[in-house]
Formats: sequence, C-alpha cells, structure tokens
Amino acid sequence: MAEGRLKIYLGYAAGVGKTYQMLGDAQELSRAGRDVVIGYFEPHGRAETIARTEGIETIPRRKVEYRGRVFEEMDTEAILLRHPEVCVVDEFPHSNIEGLERTKRWQDVNALLAAGIDVLTTMNIQHLESLNDQVWQLSGVRVRETIPDWVMKQADEVVLVDLTPGALINRLIRGVVYPPEKSQQALENFFQEPTLVALREMAIRQTAHESESHHGDPGESARQPEGVTERILIVVTPDPSSAAVIRRAKRVADYLHGDCIAVGIAGGKDADAVDRHLGFARNLHIESQTLEPAGDPAEAVVSFARERGVTQIFLSHSKAAGPKKFFHKPIDEGIIARSPDMQVTIVSNRPRL
Amino acid sequence: MTRRRTPEELLEQVQAEEARGSRGRLKIFLGYASGVGKSSRMFDEGCRRASRGQDLIVAAVQPSGAPPATLEVIPQLGGGAIDVGSVLARHPRVCLVDALAWNNPPGSVNPYRWQDVRDIMTAGINVIASINIQYVTEFAARVERITGKHVDATVPKAFLYGADELVVVDSPPEQVHLAELREITLLLAADIVDQQLEGYLHQHGITGSAGAQERILICLTPRSNARAMIESGRHIAERFHGELIAAHVRQPELAASAQITLNSNLEMARQAGADIEILEGEDVIEALLAFARERGVTQIFIGHSLGARWWDRLTGSPVGRLVRGAEGMDIRVFPQ
Repeated sequence: MAEGRLKIYLGYAAGVGKTYQMLGDAQELSRAGRDVVIGYFEPHGRAETIARTEGIETIPRRKVEYRGRVFEEMDTEAILLRHPEVCVVDEFPHSNIEGLERTKRWQDVNALLAAGIDVLTTMNIQHLESLNDQVWQLSGVRVRETIPDWVMKQADEVVLVDLTPGALINRLIRGVVYPPEKSQQALENFFQEPTLVALREMAIRQTAHESESHHGDPGESARQPEGVTERILIVVTPDPSSAAVIRRAKRVADYLHGDCIAVGIAGGKDADAVDRHLGFARNLHIESQTLEPAGDPAEAVVSFARERGVTQIFLSHSKAAGPKKFFHKPIDEGIIARSPDMQVTIVSNRPRL
Repeated sequence: MTRRRTPEELLEQVQAEEARGSRGRLKIFLGYASGVGKSSRMFDEGCRRASRGQDLIVAAVQPSGAPPATLEVIPQLGGGAIDVGSVLARHPRVCLVDALAWNNPPGSVNPYRWQDVRDIMTAGINVIASINIQYVTEFAARVERITGKHVDATVPKAFLYGADELVVVDSPPEQVHLAELREITLLLAADIVDQQLEGYLHQHGITGSAGAQERILICLTPRSNARAMIESGRHIAERFHGELIAAHVRQPELAASAQITLNSNLEMARQAGADIEILEGEDVIEALLAFARERGVTQIFIGHSLGARWWDRLTGSPVGRLVRGAEGMDIRVFPQ
C-alpha cells in the first residue's frame, strides 16, 4: 500500500490562521468528493474556525485517565479502523499523555500515513528541533514539544500561513486568539513584536528551504565545492551544551546536504550524561558511537574522524576554565592542536537577546 | 540576500520615516503566481475593515476580477489607469489596489501604477495592494527564463522594501517551475522581514543577531588558506541564503609580498560575492568582535595558523578570547 501524503501548515505563533486554512482546504477536498475526517481539532473557542468543521465527520476523542484526571487524546486506532482517505490532525508537535501506544502525536500521524491515509496537520516553527536554541535565545522560551527535522522533511508539502505580527497582536488584543487573561499573559511574554518578527522570518526561510529540498536546486552555485560531501563529526561531552552542538551540526549538515556522526568518550565520570546526549542524537537520526580510547581522548576523536572521512568537527565551547586547565587540557583544545589539517567549528553559547 | 545595514543607514531610515510624517501606510500581499489567492486575501481584509467601519474604497481591479459587491469602487480610467484625481478628491482612509504592476496608457500622469500608489500614499491615504513576484523588476529576467513568458509591467524591488507590512500568500506549487518562483518569493519576503527585525533590534539597542539569517564573516590575513575559506563561506551563504562578509584587520608594516597576497585574497572574496571590510584596531580580536557584533554575524571563519599559535598559550589565549567574546557566533577554524 502506498504511504499517505503529509501536508504541514506552518506558522510562527498561535492565531496566525493555520487551523483555519487547513479546515478550509479540508472542506474543499470534501466538496471534491474525497473522504475526509477530523482526527483531532483544538477549537480554542474560535467561532470562525469552528464553523469550518461543519459537515466534516469528526472521530470522537479518546478519554485517557492519568493520575485521577481524564485527558482527551486523538483516537488513532479508531481512525485507522474508519480508514478515511484524508485525516485532519491539529497540533502536530503535541505530546500524548502517558499510557498511550505512542508518546508523540507525530508518531500517531506516521501510523496514519503508513496505513495510506493522507494527513493535513499544523505546527509552528518554534517546535522544530534544530531551532530550539535560537528560539530560546530570542524568546526566553524553552520549547519542550519538538518535531525532529527528519519528521518535517517527510512532508510532501509545507505551506506557509502568514500574517503580519501587527495584525496578530491586534487579533490577540481583540480576544480572537485566547481568552482575556491568557491574552494579557501572552502579550507580556511570547507575543512581543521583535520575537514574532524573528520567528516569522524563520518560518518563511524554513518554508523556502523545504521547498528547495523537495524540488532540488537547479542553481549551479548550490553545488558543493569540488564535489566534496560535507561530513560532520559531533563531539559529545557530558556538558549540557552538547544538545545545542548536536542541533546546530544537524542543521548545518542538512542545509549542506551532508551527513553527521556523533561520538562520545566512554567511561568518564559523567557517562550517563554522554549516553543521554548520544540518545538524543539518535532520535534526530544521527549515527551515534561511543569511543573507548586506551590513551588520549582527543587523539582518539581525531583518528576516528580521519578514518571516517570527516570534513569538519563540531565542538562546544568548553567551560572548564581556571586553574583546572593547567592540569587537564580540555578536549576541544586537544582536538584543535591535533588536527591541523581539519576544519573545527566551536559552537558558541547563545545567550538571551 | 540583504546586507545588514550600518547604524548610520538605520538612522537615515528613522529620519526618513519621521520626514514622511503623514504619508499613508502601504500593505502588500505578495504571491508567486496568479491563482494563489492574493486578491481574495486582500478583498477579505477590505471587507473586514469596511465592516468595522473603516472608510475604504477599491481603486483598481484586475481586468478579469470582480470586487465584493459590498465595497465601494472608484471606476478606473481608460487603459485601466487608476483615477487618482477622484481617489484624492474622495479621500478615503484606505484604498485597495489589486495588481500593483500595471503600465498606464500613454499620456497618463504617471507611466506606472506603483507611482500612482505612491502619490495616493503621499496624500495620506493608506493603500493595500497585491503583487505577483513575477512582476518585480529585478526578477523579470529570471522569471522570463523560468516561465518562458515576457513580462511587460514591473515594480521595482525597492518599492516593496518600503512597504510597512508585507504578507506572503503561499500555497504549494502544482508545477515544478513554479517551485522556483515560490522560493524567490519566500526569500524576498524573508529579507524584507529581516530588515524590519533589524529596525526593531536597533530601536531597542540590542546588538548581536536574532539568528534568523546566517551571516558569515571570513577573517582574512596574508597567510590564511583563503581559497578554502572563501569557497566554504560562499557555499554555506548560498545554501542558507545568508550574507557573506570578508574582513581584514589592518596591520602595520606588512611586507610588500604579503600585501600582494592579501589583496588577491580580498579580490577572490569580492568575486565570491562577499562584502569586503578593512578594519582598524590595535587589538585584532577586539576589532573583529566589535565588527561581528555590529553586523549580527552568526559564524566566524579563521585560519588555523592563527588558531594553533593562540591555542598553544594556555591562559588568556586570543582564540579563547574570540570564543568567549563571540557569544551567539560559531567559530570555524580552517587548516593552513
């Protein structure tokens, strides 16, 4: 059976009109004779949006009890049984409550696609994994519900839903997006104009990038210099900054149509943290390995890089400063000193703007 | 790709905005082809505004188009020209112009419709207009190559950059050649939005970069492996649709042969599309960092020879200072 097609309506904040536009398209498909159902819809009390669900069958949500409270989630199994041609699924980055078959809604969507059902879904740019640090940097918000970049790449179509930040703020003030108390809170936090402008730029650029990777870039200029494929080696340490290095390296590799490998050093005193970071890399579809060097770790990393034809090593800026440095040279300095023939990128710490 | 503007240029913009005073605001709906829904988005907004009581008229409709019946229309003159005189006499608060790209018939006050719109705005009337990317002057040749169709009426890109608000009307392309037009449209919109973002950051006294656009700074010396650095820089700037800058911090008493090498490196960077800057400053790292912050750089490329020597000194090493000072910027060290 052929996989279903995935279409993502991409915006930069709540209230830009993603769900509204998605339901408009669903209505059109339904009128054109396709079998469309709503698998999950979050009304947010928006009358104009709710009106657009009329006439389309809604699959009732599934009630899940968790710690004495009842939560409502998309009933993926019911949708699979009903097996429509097209399913509308709001809020792609949603995390399911504990106890369901799958932990993430994007995994539910993958199950629908695998069953040959076309899916229309919505998301905001700040939920894209590789932009997580940049989003934090400009908004102060650490987004927890993220979509791995490879999941977005699966989409057959990404369509930008655009609205100017000024108009969005007006909608928020008029109470179209959230109830009054929540609006006030939003205006004081996430919905500041410069933040919205920056997120909007990211959404527009990402849409252009997705379009390019679908249709190929015929521009001669886009070719790799001397036909070399970029291969990035990510050096994972116990330091929390490793997550940012992994995200950044992945983003660069994706844009350059190159690939990534992550390595950690086994047996340190924070081996758990290294394992966690390697697991994170694996979730982003990055090949991950643990090195068990007999001698100098920096030497081991550099020779591994040579063996695997790595073109560039990505490191985080080691924060181990002060007198400790005299006894124990940080791995980043060691790698730079041992690889005069290799490009090394030190990923900076990105402070709040 | 747009160059980040200097503080002086931003100041000029602020002054220009103050000078324009009572000029009407311009909002543009931008799409990549006919049929993506620009006109309907524009008329929807017109209807919403009218229903909220705004005094609004339609000054231009496309030959095949029909505006919503509830909106007041000022009929166009012969040859489709906007009746600017009647619009000014009627003086509404908002005026809708469907299709910004239009050549007025000979003998009109202005040869192009966008000039009529400019005159309407000068009179203090707000304008909401739609345009198809295919009619932007700077893209005309590329569009012609892609579509094989000759484009007659065009609007200069600068006019779009002058818009107070720009909305992208997007939809997935049905034909492959349209995908390229769509990308041109999205990247133009991103650049216009980036310019607005800079304006905000500047207004709020924020230096550094929001990181939405990549800006690569290549630090060139006579010794650097310039070709590799420039090739990589050009490649990454193109893939990210970012900006490429090459800088050199002037050093006293440079040998004649070193000066020749440096000049050829700078020329190579220029040909790769980089903006070239010669910086002054006794402290090389400080000069580079100050410049990088001002320009909102996201990645700094330096040569390894510089790096290795610095790394060898354990404490207070210049590259350590570069990394510590380069918050928000990645440092990429190139081999010699």
